[in-house]
Amino acid sequence: MNYFEGLEGTVSSESDSQRTLTPYVTGTSVIGIKYKDGILMTADMGGSYGSTLRYKGVERMKPVGKHSIIGASGEISDFQEIMRYLDELIIHDNMWDDGNSLGPKEIHNYLTRVMYNRRNKFDPLWNTLVLGGIKNGQKYLGMVSSIGVHFEDDHIATGFGNHLARPILRDEWKEDMSFEDAVKLLEKCMLVLLYRDRSAINKLQITKITEEGATVYQPYALKTHWGFTAFKNPANGGAEGSW
Amino acid sequence: MFRNQYDTDVTTWSPAGRLFQVEYAMEAVKQGSAAIGLRSKTHVVLATVNKANSELSSHQKKIFKADDHIGVAIAGLTADGRVLSKYLRSECINYGFTYESKLPVGRLVVQLADKAQVCTQRSWKRPYGVGLLVAGLDESGAHLYYNCPSGNYFEYQAFAIGSRSQAAKTYLERKFEKFMSSSREDLIKDALFAIKETLQGEELTSSICTVAVVGVEEPFQIIDQKTIHDLIESLEPKEEAPAPAADQGAAMQEDRSPEVAPMDI
Repeated sequence: MNYFEGLEGTVSSESDSQRTLTPYVTGTSVIGIKYKDGILMTADMGGSYGSTLRYKGVERMKPVGKHSIIGASGEISDFQEIMRYLDELIIHDNMWDDGNSLGPKEIHNYLTRVMYNRRNKFDPLWNTLVLGGIKNGQKYLGMVSSIGVHFEDDHIATGFGNHLARPILRDEWKEDMSFEDAVKLLEKCMLVLLYRDRSAINKLQITKITEEGATVYQPYALKTHWGFTAFKNPANGGAEGSW
Repeated sequence: MFRNQYDTDVTTWSPAGRLFQVEYAMEAVKQGSAAIGLRSKTHVVLATVNKANSELSSHQKKIFKADDHIGVAIAGLTADGRVLSKYLRSECINYGFTYESKLPVGRLVVQLADKAQVCTQRSWKRPYGVGLLVAGLDESGAHLYYNCPSGNYFEYQAFAIGSRSQAAKTYLERKFEKFMSSSREDLIKDALFAIKETLQGEELTSSICTVAVVGVEEPFQIIDQKTIHDLIESLEPKEEAPAPAADQGAAMQEDRSPEVAPMDI
């Protein structure tokens, strides 16, 4: 959805030099859920250049400080910019050296301010961000969009994930799932996305955040099944004229 | 303190390595009416002696709420104190807006101290002539800090500033070890006792002092006069001050009205 198309002529020309009007290299869905020990987040490693699946090793999730992880869909360069803002924020937080530290709620709100202020200047960061973390036993999971819409929930998804993953999560997510069950649930969602989202690739990562810290797991692939009769024999399998 | 040739400018050092203007600013704190603070694990209490110019005027406001979880009591140039309170409120609310979370007291105090330090190193400025007792709560517990015109700050279990604060400090020094585990009520009572010490004979009434408290489940608030009045009443029997002084006070309260009612004509 291009909220900002056709705006070229509406703002003064001097300030036009640096603004994102359309995204170039984009990441697709990110899914995050709360589980027993903290938050689990998953995203594939694809960076699409339009409809080309150009980059296949893009890490779209990163730890932030001691208590949080962030996942981004949308323009990858804008995500990298956001990481620079967050690095600076965390460095200054650490420089106080006073035992206080920014938790996931604080970072989520900081990002909301950043995104909303950029949107007000008609120069948005073209991302939808998922921010999850746990601090002092309190789990937190939230989302911010490129126009500053923000909210918290027990499960979050961006992009196509909103349409394909969230129905599954609404039905099958439970409070305090074990790590194994939570991973299975995420994989179920990612599989649907892999089948149905054209920008998805079969190389995904899982990131976990608990009181002990953040872990970004090594990428792996999901087993897919394409041996449907409708694919092998479209004419006889009832696939004629269907999607 | 005597006048000398090194005290005109805040940016002039004396040969002994002192900045006299800063020290004079700290004198201004000592001249202000007393303010004391004490804290337990879960609460911090601030109390001040109200000075009024005359019986006709209202008393000076010396306790300010900076946020739900932070309040300050000041002693010295109250105008400077008011301006700094505005700064503290501003910092608290900006942090709350950006991070939707409470500004940790320790960080606010450092920002305040840095602000005070700037005034000790610019030739076109003067140090703030006010000492602040910052009381607040955050994730790491209850805190009481003292911010000084010099830009220094210290954390305290209990402290007193302003005129005759030494009397209060002596009382607090005797009692401070048990403050950490004190209840909210005991803390307030000890605050009133400490204020009483600074009054040195003058009667402790609810109109002469202001008390404020902040706690784990309790946002910063100034306690209303009626509650203070009742608390002061409940203090009397347990009074530790020598009995004659109390008697004298009582005697002075004896009926002053004339025997005969004044006539209208």
